[in-house]
Amino acid sequence: MASGSAAPTANEYISHHLVNHHVGHGFWTFHLDTLIMSGLVGIVVFGLMAWAARNATAGVPGKFQAFVEIVLGMVDQQCRDTFHGKSELVTPLAITVFVWVFCMNALDLIPVDFIPWIMHNVFGVEHWKAVPTTDPNATFAMSLTVFALILIFNVKFKGVGGFVHEIFTAPFHSDNILLQIVFAPINLVLRFVEELAKPVSLALRLFGNMFAGEVLFILMVLLAGAWTWQSIGTSSLSMIGHVVLSLGWGIFHILIITLQAFIFMMLTIVYMSLASESH
Amino acid sequence: MELALFLGNTQIAAALLIGMGALGTAIGFGILGGRFLESVARQPELLNTQRVNMFIVAGLLDAFTAIATAIAILLLYANPLVSQIRGG
Repeated sequence: MASGSAAPTANEYISHHLVNHHVGHGFWTFHLDTLIMSGLVGIVVFGLMAWAARNATAGVPGKFQAFVEIVLGMVDQQCRDTFHGKSELVTPLAITVFVWVFCMNALDLIPVDFIPWIMHNVFGVEHWKAVPTTDPNATFAMSLTVFALILIFNVKFKGVGGFVHEIFTAPFHSDNILLQIVFAPINLVLRFVEELAKPVSLALRLFGNMFAGEVLFILMVLLAGAWTWQSIGTSSLSMIGHVVLSLGWGIFHILIITLQAFIFMMLTIVYMSLASESH
Repeated sequence: MELALFLGNTQIAAALLIGMGALGTAIGFGILGGRFLESVARQPELLNTQRVNMFIVAGLLDAFTAIATAIAILLLYANPLVSQIRGG
């Protein structure tokens, strides 16, 4: 996107594409593009699935119903294999996480400039990042929600007393009362670190993969820019290079998208399972 | 002069971040894939289960490499420390 009448330099182009459309300042900044894109994706995708559920037939299913059933069957199978407790919440949670994260990630496959161009020319918006999961706010929102659910499940399945007891006796047990007092702070510190690592690693794993992928797409566009803008250097080979590289990276990125959504879902189920088991 | 030194060091730091992350991930995936092939050779009926497990571990291996790459990109294009040299 040209900022003015001259073509942007490479750094300007990249920096322009890495800024969110925000309102407010400091702590009260809201990234409107993340909120709106993730909300729209959620409404569209879950609306479609709800519509399929409403029109579901027990006889021979239509194609869309069969597709939804395949996805749900896969997630349900994973939950049944991994989650050993008894809860009505885990399978819908896993379905939500997997489908929503996958669809938000899939927005990364749309060419880099399409949606920002539409937002600029139709709505007059300067900056717009189309993929919500490249915003660490979005990934941390999801992982902190999972963290809150882990705490709730811990208390619900083990009781407050059981949960506190487990914190202080978790990796190091002993029958000796003196050793128990010695081990208690060590167990507390280890437990604290382990519980803190869960949401942080969940969020940053998804963010890191998506952010790096998006920046690589932007860098490949610069190759094409070298052919058209003539502010970086000119070579007609660079357009061919851009098409080939973008295609290759796009195909590999399809795997990354699916894998990251699947990992987020699997880890959510595993953390819920750990929170609902007592030893 | 200070800015040039800072920018040069930033480039080296970004290269180290990405390079060492790639090294660790490559070795890890190699070991992972080798163990997967061995286990499938031992028990071919577990192929699908083991493939799913392999992808799960692959996603976990990728995590900190991706985080390191994201930090390297942040250092290169949206460096938060450069404002201190340029005078705010």
